[in-house]
Amino acid sequence: MKERYKNRIELLQGTLDFMILQALRWGPQHGYGISLVIRTNSREAFQVPTGSLYPALHRMERKGWITSSWEIAKDRNREFKFYRMTVAGKKQLATEESKWNQLVTAIGRMMRPAEES
Amino acid sequence: MADKRKNREKDLDREVRDHLELDAEAKMDRGLDADEARFAAQRDFGNTTMVREVTREMWGWTSIERLLQDVRYGLRMIRRSPGFATVAILTLALGIGANSALFSVVNGVLLNPLPYPESEKLVSVYAKTSNFGVSSNTYLNILDWQKDNHSFAGLAAQRGANYFLTGAGEGERVRGSMISDNFFTVMGVPPILGRTFRPDEDQVGAAPVALIGAGLWSRKFGSSPDVVGKVITLNGKSHVVVGVIPASFSLYERPSDVYVPIGQWDAPMFRDRKVPFGTEAVGRLKHGVTLQMAQADIDQVARNLERAYPEADKGMSVGLTSFKDSLVGDSRPFLLMLLGSVGFVLLIACSNVANLLLARSTGRAREFAIRNALGAGGARVIRQLLTESVLLAIAGGALGLGVAHWGTEAVLRTLPQALPRTHEIRLDLNVLLFTLGVSLLVGVLFGLTPALKMSRVSVAETLKEGGRGSSGVRQRTQSTFVVVELALALVLLVGAGLMVRSMAGLWSVDPGFNPHNVLTFDMTLPAGLGQNLPGLRSAFRQVHETLTAIPGVQYASMQGGALPMSGAGEVPFWMEGESKPATQNEMKTAIYYLVEPDYLKVMETPLLRGRFFTEQENEHTQPVAVIDEVFARKYFPNENPIGKRINLGIFEMQPEIIGIAGHVKHWGLDSDAKAAIQAQIYVSFMQLSDQLLPLTANDINMTARIQGPTGDVVKAVRATMAKLNSNHVVYGVETMDEIVAGSLAGRRFSMILLGVFAALALILSSIGIYGVISYLVGQRTHEIGIRMALGATRSDVLKLVLGQGMKMTLAGVAIGLVTAIGLTRLMSNMLFHVTGTDPVTLAGVSVLLTGVAFLACYIPARRAMRVDPIVALRYE
Repeated sequence: MKERYKNRIELLQGTLDFMILQALRWGPQHGYGISLVIRTNSREAFQVPTGSLYPALHRMERKGWITSSWEIAKDRNREFKFYRMTVAGKKQLATEESKWNQLVTAIGRMMRPAEES
Repeated sequence: MADKRKNREKDLDREVRDHLELDAEAKMDRGLDADEARFAAQRDFGNTTMVREVTREMWGWTSIERLLQDVRYGLRMIRRSPGFATVAILTLALGIGANSALFSVVNGVLLNPLPYPESEKLVSVYAKTSNFGVSSNTYLNILDWQKDNHSFAGLAAQRGANYFLTGAGEGERVRGSMISDNFFTVMGVPPILGRTFRPDEDQVGAAPVALIGAGLWSRKFGSSPDVVGKVITLNGKSHVVVGVIPASFSLYERPSDVYVPIGQWDAPMFRDRKVPFGTEAVGRLKHGVTLQMAQADIDQVARNLERAYPEADKGMSVGLTSFKDSLVGDSRPFLLMLLGSVGFVLLIACSNVANLLLARSTGRAREFAIRNALGAGGARVIRQLLTESVLLAIAGGALGLGVAHWGTEAVLRTLPQALPRTHEIRLDLNVLLFTLGVSLLVGVLFGLTPALKMSRVSVAETLKEGGRGSSGVRQRTQSTFVVVELALALVLLVGAGLMVRSMAGLWSVDPGFNPHNVLTFDMTLPAGLGQNLPGLRSAFRQVHETLTAIPGVQYASMQGGALPMSGAGEVPFWMEGESKPATQNEMKTAIYYLVEPDYLKVMETPLLRGRFFTEQENEHTQPVAVIDEVFARKYFPNENPIGKRINLGIFEMQPEIIGIAGHVKHWGLDSDAKAAIQAQIYVSFMQLSDQLLPLTANDINMTARIQGPTGDVVKAVRATMAKLNSNHVVYGVETMDEIVAGSLAGRRFSMILLGVFAALALILSSIGIYGVISYLVGQRTHEIGIRMALGATRSDVLKLVLGQGMKMTLAGVAIGLVTAIGLTRLMSNMLFHVTGTDPVTLAGVSVLLTGVAFLACYIPARRAMRVDPIVALRYE
């Protein structure tokens, strides 16, 4: 069973990291919030499985792209674990973004070669 | 770290709980009631434990912690089922121990470098002739090889020689070597005291000097440092001690007590290029020179020598072998065969333990189903089970080291002469690493199948079925293991059977003499007799008379040249009327025995025609000789050799042939037929020329046919000889039976070990099939009960169970036979008068294995037969 989760992480690895960083762009967020942002921003196209989200968060924290701290949420009266992007994370996001754009362009050329010429 | 970890765990718990809470709130906002919302949130989230587990993995340091956890858990499991653990660990200890023992032998003999610095550069150098292959070196040729080669940093000569040591306490017979001055430089062994020989000491006429071994140094001189400069007397001649050689140095398993410069020996025959005198040559390759380059170089040297000395060296080439190979080369094939066989034993042990684990896994199916339900993934289960099996294997390996230590000692004590370098065999780091490696490998090997099976257990099915799920699959796996085990056991049994048949064949071979009650020994003569020929002859006669007067000694004969199955002496000859061949290589060659008239009676070798020597065949009469039947057949086909003469090379005589004796299996019971030189000739000791006789003066070899207990006779011989002259020291006592047995030591070593391995394999595999059939009977109790309730008789049940066992057995035997026929081809040159497909052996071991397997199945089958249907059905 665990194999299944692992495969999905690997499948999504780059993309999921990208999406998480993208979601943290607008400020610190807790795990559930991140999954909501990804779902809403992608217009419900991506349902991030929790089995991938939390391992990814903890891994990214280890890599130093994000940090976490327990903070009182604005809308309610207790602490949640909030993640926020670090400087290294911002750099990573920029790299991911340009990589992503290259990929999209490349795939676009592959898909519609006629329109290029 | 533990605190940090606990905090993290708490964090993760809260984080997950928060997620569920927030999600449930959101769902409630969309109109679900509280319970529904909580359920839905949980469903969306998935298996909480597993998410936590996977997340934890991202922290990095969990793997070691988990390993420790697994180890703790594994140890607890082992403690909780001591019976299972004991059987598994003992089985593994036998398997791993046998492998470690054999590996320690292979490691010590074949793998470890020789105990000399840069020993891989040492090369054994030997003469080869086109007729007979490897031949003996002559000193003059070695000197030329030394001088003319460009490949060796040094090339040294060595020849064994024994000395009578006087002048330092009681007279003593000591082992010695004649060595060239550079010998210890070439070997890379510096003296622990003093110096080695100088080149100017390695010359005829130089002042006599000697090196002594550390053994003699401590025995005779109390390891006193002022021994250098002292004088010792060797064979009546004073030698100044110049240095001491470390005790660890021993060439060919034979530490010497004294070393003297070989170049001082001025015996004319030794300095005759035509007479091989058993001198060995060892070279040390120059830096960067390979064996191939050296070979090309020395080939050129040999060609030049052929041109320069055609009479002696025509047809002679020079062979080079790494020194290690020349020491251990012969033992390589049978050691590797044994290592392969012992690997089979380990495989059988592994299958047995794997089957035990499989049987046990039925009982643990529920445990793992629950673990799985609680969030342990398949890989996690496999890791847990493998940790357990590796723990078992390591425990087995540790115990196995004990088995190895004890087993190696036992084997080497029984058959010390079977192997070279035995004193270098020990449990060193390599052996420890090997054992650890094998243990780990074995742990994974036998643990993997059960672990894989277990990880695929379907949770729902198992929990529903109450622990009886997927047992069908397991039975098939177990049966496969048993079939493999039986097949491997059969292969080993065939191997052992063939060795036993070869050995039996060899023991029934007539060696051409009767080795029972024959004693051989060496004896020193008083120093200085060599210069006094009449004195020497009368001393010989006196020794003979005194010896035969001893009660218990029936016949005795001095003996020179060759002794059957130990030591060779070859003489070149040419026929009467033939012109003397220009080179020695073109002459014919025979083994010669230099003996007295009673020799045939001592050996009980039959005389076929004519007569043997009498007392009248002595220095005053015409030389005569007796040949063996092979000599007669080969060189006198269709004519009567008696009355004919031949020209004997080194003896420089033309003896008349007076009789024909039976052929003696000189080169050993097994290899005599393949030997290049088989013709044999007997020469009368007392007819040796005046030039040759002094060479025998240092020590003489005696053979005697005795009556009564060997020990008593030996004691009487020693006492009588000492009384005759205090300089007569009797040493090197061996019975002919021992010599014959020694010539088969390598074979016996292989046979005994293969036999032990085959017995182990037989026992382990019958335990294996017993275990599986018992297990199956246990599993099928319910079914058997139903069958019996429906009218099956007891013998039906017996047939059912035995049938299942026999099906496995026959499959194992069939696969084993095919494998054995393929594999025994590899040992064909170890067989004697049987082939790898020997029907008697194949049929015999098949019947044996089937019989033992049948018994192993019969015990559980009887249990099945006694199943009471009422009890069996109620049991469910």
